[in-house]
Amino acid sequence: MEKELNKILSSFQGKSNELIPALQQIQEELGYLPGDAMLYAAEFLNVPESTVFGVASFYAQFRFTPVGKNMIMVCKGTACHVKGAEKVLDEISRQVGIEDGETSADMQYTLESVACIGCCALAPCITINSEVHGRLNAKSIEKIFKRKKAEEKTNE
Amino acid sequence: MKVNITIDGIKLKVDDSLTVLEAALENNVYIPNLCHHKDLIPSGSCRLCLVEINNRKVQVIACKIKVEEGMTVITDNPEINFIRQMTLELLHVNHTQDCTNCMKNTNCQLQEVTSYIGTNETRIEQMRKNRPLIPVDTSNPFFNLDHNKCILCGICIRTCNEIQGVDALQYGYSGFDTLVCTFLNKPIKESVCESCGECVVRCPVGALIPKNMQRPSRTVKTICPYCGVGCGINLGVRGEKIVSIEGDYESPVNKGRLCVKGRFGYEWINHDERLKTPLIKKAGKFVESGWDEALELIAKNFSKYKSHEFATFSSARCTNEENYVIQKFTRAVMGSNHIDHCARLCHAPSVAGLAQSIGSGAMTNSIKEISDAASIFAIGSNTTESHPIIGLKVKEAKWNGAKIIVANPRKIDLCKFADIWLQHKTGTDVALLMGICRVIVDKNLIDESFIEKRSENFDAFKRSLKEFGLDYVEKITGVPAKQIEAAAEIYASNSPASILYAMGITQHTHGTDNVLAISNLALLTGNIGKLSSGVNPLRGQNNVQGACDMGALPVVYPGYQKVADPKAKQKFEKAWNCKLSDTPGLTLTEIVNSAYNKKIKALYLIGENSLLSEPDANHVRKSLQKLDFFVAQDIFLSETARLADVVLPAASFAEKDGTFTNTERRVQRIRKAINPVGNSQPDWWITCQIAKKMNRKGFDFKNSEEIFNEVALLTPSYKGISYKRIEKEGLQWPVNDEKHKGTPVLHKDVFPTASSKAKFFPLKYRPPAELPDKQYPLILTTERSLYHYHTGTMTRRVDGLNQLNERELVEINPVDAKTIGVNDGDKVCVTSRRGNVDAVAKITNKSPAGTVAMSFHFFESPTNVLTNPALDPVAKIPELKVCAVMIEKG
Ligand code: SF4
Ligand code: SF4
Ligand code: SF4
Ligand code: FES
Ligand code: FES
Repeated sequence: MEKELNKILSSFQGKSNELIPALQQIQEELGYLPGDAMLYAAEFLNVPESTVFGVASFYAQFRFTPVGKNMIMVCKGTACHVKGAEKVLDEISRQVGIEDGETSADMQYTLESVACIGCCALAPCITINSEVHGRLNAKSIEKIFKRKKAEEKTNE
Repeated sequence: MKVNITIDGIKLKVDDSLTVLEAALENNVYIPNLCHHKDLIPSGSCRLCLVEINNRKVQVIACKIKVEEGMTVITDNPEINFIRQMTLELLHVNHTQDCTNCMKNTNCQLQEVTSYIGTNETRIEQMRKNRPLIPVDTSNPFFNLDHNKCILCGICIRTCNEIQGVDALQYGYSGFDTLVCTFLNKPIKESVCESCGECVVRCPVGALIPKNMQRPSRTVKTICPYCGVGCGINLGVRGEKIVSIEGDYESPVNKGRLCVKGRFGYEWINHDERLKTPLIKKAGKFVESGWDEALELIAKNFSKYKSHEFATFSSARCTNEENYVIQKFTRAVMGSNHIDHCARLCHAPSVAGLAQSIGSGAMTNSIKEISDAASIFAIGSNTTESHPIIGLKVKEAKWNGAKIIVANPRKIDLCKFADIWLQHKTGTDVALLMGICRVIVDKNLIDESFIEKRSENFDAFKRSLKEFGLDYVEKITGVPAKQIEAAAEIYASNSPASILYAMGITQHTHGTDNVLAISNLALLTGNIGKLSSGVNPLRGQNNVQGACDMGALPVVYPGYQKVADPKAKQKFEKAWNCKLSDTPGLTLTEIVNSAYNKKIKALYLIGENSLLSEPDANHVRKSLQKLDFFVAQDIFLSETARLADVVLPAASFAEKDGTFTNTERRVQRIRKAINPVGNSQPDWWITCQIAKKMNRKGFDFKNSEEIFNEVALLTPSYKGISYKRIEKEGLQWPVNDEKHKGTPVLHKDVFPTASSKAKFFPLKYRPPAELPDKQYPLILTTERSLYHYHTGTMTRRVDGLNQLNERELVEINPVDAKTIGVNDGDKVCVTSRRGNVDAVAKITNKSPAGTVAMSFHFFESPTNVLTNPALDPVAKIPELKVCAVMIEKG
């Protein structure tokens, strides 16, 4: 871990004003901000560990738990909300067996509801990693995840 | 400078350093406020202190604006109150409405501002979010954090940052979810919090609140009984019980601040296990007895022994008055100079070394001067852990711009604040310090005029530096030459420079050399005898300075008047009306050995727990068991007292009057708050009774003040001190007469040596007596925990302190842990040539590879079974900081 973090932060000088970019870099590389990594950053940047957490928890972009291989973001923006985002979330939750904000035990899926993702015309919509899926209903959702699961199998 | 301002039409003259809020409050004009605290930098976050200035119709916050000449301030009008009310209502929306069950009820600042500003209940109810209650964080044994009552004023966060320098707390999350958070929002006990409670005393509402909050019926001003810092405290008394402690804001030492022990560590005072009656051992068992029986038995027995067969261990926990009486008893009644106390195990080298080089073994400066130093060199001192309030001063110095050099083999907390951390190998201090001196001489950074006018023996010293080329020093100490050079430059070119040191310097077979090396360094740069500039040995026990001053030492009478000096002998013979011995007595460690050899036959031991505090504890036990007659006097039945023939119950600091002298030579009053528990009695009373039973005159003291007056009569440095003069604030010795104001800085013009000059000492490096080898591959060094004191007699009887540090942890570097094959939390057995001890492994980078560390607070893991009794030839201090051990999985 220490070696890895050393590498991740190699382009930084160890100044306190680098805190946010440093956290971004860590999250970029590790997918989230593990406690040990934040402690390392605290020492490296000479910032109190409570401040590191304070800043990290202030911004919605930072996460403190690892994410699954597939990041599912369910849009809850106005357009999607009107078109039944709640139902979409429930259905996905049923399909992958986790609630909003959770990661599945096999580290395959992370489910999160987010604000508008800018594809209102396709509402209700979600993203899985970088692909957008729109105009969803229970059926299409089931289809998507069937395909996903099949892909997994073949990958194994 | 003063300026004229008008507040609500009242004309005032106020200091121009004040804010508008401070100026108003100081003059009894209330402006509502929640995030203001007089000890903290204003943050302007609650926005309740709104005022209008110079008739401009804009509202500004009074806590952020400095007063100016001619300023007019309006503190209240309908507009101001309207905005305040809106802001206040938003606070109430997020605050549990449960005042009657809150411990802060009637003492809460939210209530205070609310009653002043007023709120609209309906509006609050409309805005109220029904968020679920957040569970109260009860993890800390001394206080709780209830987020549901927190008004996010940030005072706790700023306290922990600005005063404590710990930064355990910060705002976390955002918007409505904002909370006062530790790292990862973990329970406080799992954070870096040091439980000082400074945030708790400042929280304006019931969010941070002591667990056991009983309001006292009266308070008594006295001094903390733990360490040598000597913080002022107010004991809260309710009936016959101590129920609270608060920091004394009037104390020049701590200005209200306290560490965790001082603030919360008082449960032991009324503890069930306190000794309440004398105990006499009959057929191997202790039997309770009355005072008369016990005292007569002691008097009868003590009379049987010749002076050279009798010894006393006095106590740095006791008052000056008691130490005075105890040494007077030993010398005048028993005719023996065999009296010593635990200073032998801590600062004997300072007393011996500094007496030779600069004439006096005490701190040359005051605690409050530390924060004004331009550079601080802390060597062999884990300041934040062992002298917490002095630790705060070092942090303050750093914040004021001082350069901090830390020399320590271990990565102590202070390293975080250091500009340079010299991680030298344990026991190589002489080489390190001489190396630094060499750089200073080579680069000609010396203070020539000081050296010429005020010192002697410089040339011989300079010659001895030849040996300490940086290659050689780097090889011995393990510190890169570059760092040594940098440290030397910082120290020499940032004056005033102050050296702080403690046991890491003294507890070595070359402890006296270490101390001399330190005085060499200070003299070289003329950093002595000035404000914030000097040599400062941080004394350990609450009254170890006083016990030394009072002559609880084998070679001196009170005031360091030598027993071998015929004039001093004559003076005391006349004063005490008896014949005295001019043969210097034995030291603590020598007394133990003489008991082993049956030369010392009777021992009077007061407030010492030698079985845990002295090196090679097994040997100490055997020695004490060989005594013919052994009297122990203590507040608890300590491990050592169990071996005694008679045990006498002593009153604690809270139960008697007297004085303690702290590490900065300040003689301070302690005061009786409650009656002695059970049949216990103050130590001075007990010793006087024994003397009287032996038909000796000169022990008819009615109270501690009478004793003190005798002390002042015979001790030049205490001459001008009386109880009356130190009623409010202690004085720093020497106090030469009734008018003298005390001496914050020593050696301003002359040194108290024969030649009135300070002396340089040529030195050679000697390695520690026992170094690692194949069989015992690791160095063991001893240290202290913030949460316990010494052998734990008091702190181990405070439940919360036990929870914060419950057992002995051997701190092992990850590299060594791998070699040994132990994991964090594993049981291990530590073995040295003298014995073995069980403890639990803590894997940490704090310990360098090859060195492990243990404290000695735990009787279950008596670390001093392991330590090496090898002595420094001059000061006779054992090498408690270095011995060779091996560690196996237990
Ligand atoms: S816990 Fe107390 S001091 Fe800290 S922010 Fe909340 S109300 Fe203020
Ligand atoms: S108790 Fe002391 S160390 Fe702990 S959070 Fe409060 S101020 Fe900081
Ligand atoms: S620093 Fe020392 S004297 Fe002050 S409160 Fe703590 S233990 Fe007591
Ligand atoms: S509201 Fe869902 S994409 Fe804009
Ligand atoms: S007291 Fe001024 S903003 Fe809080």
